[in-house]
Amino acid sequence: MEKPRFDWLQPVKIGLVGGAIGVFFALVGMVEAFSIRDIVDGIVSMGQMLMLISMTFTGYMAARRTTQPQHLWVLGSSLLAGLMFGGMVALLLIVGSLVNLRAVFINASPTLYELLAFGRGTQAGALLLLAEGVLVGVAAGLLYLLTGRFRQALVNALGWVVMAGVLQELLRITFGAWGPLAVINQWLFTGKGLSVPGAASLFVLVAGTTYFWSQTGSVLSNRLRRLPPGGQHTLRLVGILLLVLIVLALPQILGLYLSEVLTIVGVFALMGLGLNIVVGLAGMLDLGYVAFFAIGAYTMGALTSPELGFFSLSFWEALPFAVVAGVLAGVILGIPVLKMRGDYLAIVTLGFGEIVRILALSDFLRPWIGGAQGIAKIPKAIVGSIEFISPQQIYYLILVGCLLAGFISWRLKDSRLGRAWMAVREDEDVAAAMGINLVATKLLAFAGGAAFAALSGAIFASKLGSVYPHSFNVMISINVLCLIIVGGMGSITGVIVGAAALVGLPELLREFAEYRFLAYGAALVLMMLVRPAGLMPEATRRRELQEAETVEAEPEPAFGAPASP
Amino acid sequence: MALLEVEAVHAYYGNIHALKGVSLTVDEGEIVTLIGANGAGKSTTLKTISGLLRPRQGHVRLANEDLSAYKPHQIVAKGIVQVPEGRRVFGRLTVMENLEMGAFTRTDGKEIRQAAESVFALFPRLKERQHQVAGTLSGGEQQMLAIGRALMARPRVLLLDEPSMGLAPALVDSIFDTIKQLHATGTTILLVEQNARMALQVADRGYVLQTGEVILSATAENLRSNEMVRKAYLGLT
Repeated sequence: MEKPRFDWLQPVKIGLVGGAIGVFFALVGMVEAFSIRDIVDGIVSMGQMLMLISMTFTGYMAARRTTQPQHLWVLGSSLLAGLMFGGMVALLLIVGSLVNLRAVFINASPTLYELLAFGRGTQAGALLLLAEGVLVGVAAGLLYLLTGRFRQALVNALGWVVMAGVLQELLRITFGAWGPLAVINQWLFTGKGLSVPGAASLFVLVAGTTYFWSQTGSVLSNRLRRLPPGGQHTLRLVGILLLVLIVLALPQILGLYLSEVLTIVGVFALMGLGLNIVVGLAGMLDLGYVAFFAIGAYTMGALTSPELGFFSLSFWEALPFAVVAGVLAGVILGIPVLKMRGDYLAIVTLGFGEIVRILALSDFLRPWIGGAQGIAKIPKAIVGSIEFISPQQIYYLILVGCLLAGFISWRLKDSRLGRAWMAVREDEDVAAAMGINLVATKLLAFAGGAAFAALSGAIFASKLGSVYPHSFNVMISINVLCLIIVGGMGSITGVIVGAAALVGLPELLREFAEYRFLAYGAALVLMMLVRPAGLMPEATRRRELQEAETVEAEPEPAFGAPASP
Repeated sequence: MALLEVEAVHAYYGNIHALKGVSLTVDEGEIVTLIGANGAGKSTTLKTISGLLRPRQGHVRLANEDLSAYKPHQIVAKGIVQVPEGRRVFGRLTVMENLEMGAFTRTDGKEIRQAAESVFALFPRLKERQHQVAGTLSGGEQQMLAIGRALMARPRVLLLDEPSMGLAPALVDSIFDTIKQLHATGTTILLVEQNARMALQVADRGYVLQTGEVILSATAENLRSNEMVRKAYLGLT
């Protein structure tokens, strides 16, 4: 029998791909831009962290793909992959020192080279990079070889430290706002990043907690399951109560800036809940969804603003009109596209969105909605004697909107109408053969989705106090669509999670805004590869994926082969 | 008096004259089959009956009520339910959810459960798999599900469009057994089939369609022995 030989090709390939990604990060300027912040002050910057993480990931992938389980071979592959990664970046350094790359890659600046070379010049830098590759590769291989619980603890701890470093500004503001918590601030942060003792203690804390939780967690949940039903009920009630309290207290805890971010997340989540009805439940791809958001916002503006002086209604008086205007617009768009499906529908709705934006810009409608100047002086909402002015107050307004929309979607999903939407999504012709009224079902989906978007638009208008045509471009539609895809189509919690991830995170990382769409694209591609059903998949889609897996696994035992581990 | 009556129906796809005055009747409790070559207008006739295609001339009547004013979903509610060609179950929903979808026109939860039980009695396989996703069923099981789904609407007339299409011969036999069983329980069926031999074995009467016209109508027995039918559709001499 032939002795198995070390397969060096696979790790080299993985290392080269990883290295290419690393070089890409460097050349698009991410490494340099991210280096303005340190993860751990004076030790590792965000840019270096990006390189380290991609290197570790590359080494880990190579370790996972090793065909033979011997430890040495695994370590060998991850080492080789890391070396390749380091080599690619070193090559960039050397080429960069010989040829002027800036003519093509404007980000290939001397600062970048200095960063990549650890400030030691080309030759020493290249050698250091190779050494870094070897070390990180071996570390990734070791990480792979660790048992599940250790690995989980280490990865979690590293993740927390990196997140704390990335979101340091935010954490500093939050902790700084509360007197007693300022101590944490001083312990954790210093200069441009986490302090060394801070990072170390955070690491130990998270690693320890994860490690012990994985032991005691299952024991605890077992004990919980053995509680009498009454006890479980109380426990759940306490949990819900706690959640409600946290949600209610959130703006007070988080402070002004984060509350502002939360309101933006809320505006998008509300829109997402609406689009989720149209795309997620009824399966109609609507790319002009921003139109309904705009119609809600403009109706609110035109009816309330004293600047235009038609009606000068209050926020609450105008709100129903805004929602009704959205519903009408939904039906008006819906009627001509009733017979359209898939890509045709997408194109027509895209056009509809643009028409609404251009109408808002037009001189023709200027006397009513202000043309390019938009509408200003839109009043805030008033309840009793409280005026919703600051983001911390507007948060509650949006929260109520989201809860309402979430509750309605949740009830609709299990209703007769929800089932009709599901049937139309799965197969329109058969849905008709089941006795489902296609016209009514589709129009109700458009109208329902539009109502939520208009509600969101109306709150948005009052939040900003003004509306402009350019706030309603097609990117909003795309954003909302992305967030429901990433969150999980058809799933209500998915919309909230998606909004937090795709709208909240970029708001928190504003200095890196130029990489926002790069990150979006990468996130979408990654999601489709790793979790095609979204972060919080809807039951139908989750089931579909599970079935696909079990069906693939099923035929194996039939051939007498042992089931795959 | 006939339960379902198609009278001198002319139907078009754009400018193409697909049905040229087709007339047929189906009596209560009967199985009637439409046979004919590809493009003869069999499926078009079913579409006209279920309201997906509007006849330009002629009438479709159910128990003497003219259906031309009704939309497809209203015709389903009237009791004409179609099992679409190629099965077309809702692949991502479970068997049970598919059946519930079939009962969309009905609102009484208790009756729906009873209907599901009688479908399960007819197809015990579906009961075993009621929580399985329909897309993972075999072709024969999907056909059972498609028929079961249509039965959930408690049809007065069941339209079966090519139920044997794409199935292995053994499964074709079992599907036709099912059709016989349905017949025994008194279900009225209009059956469209390419497989004329099998169709004429279960049917009471049959119509032969050719290029949008009924060229022959007789009892199934007579059609089986008809010289032209034997040659053109049964492959016998």
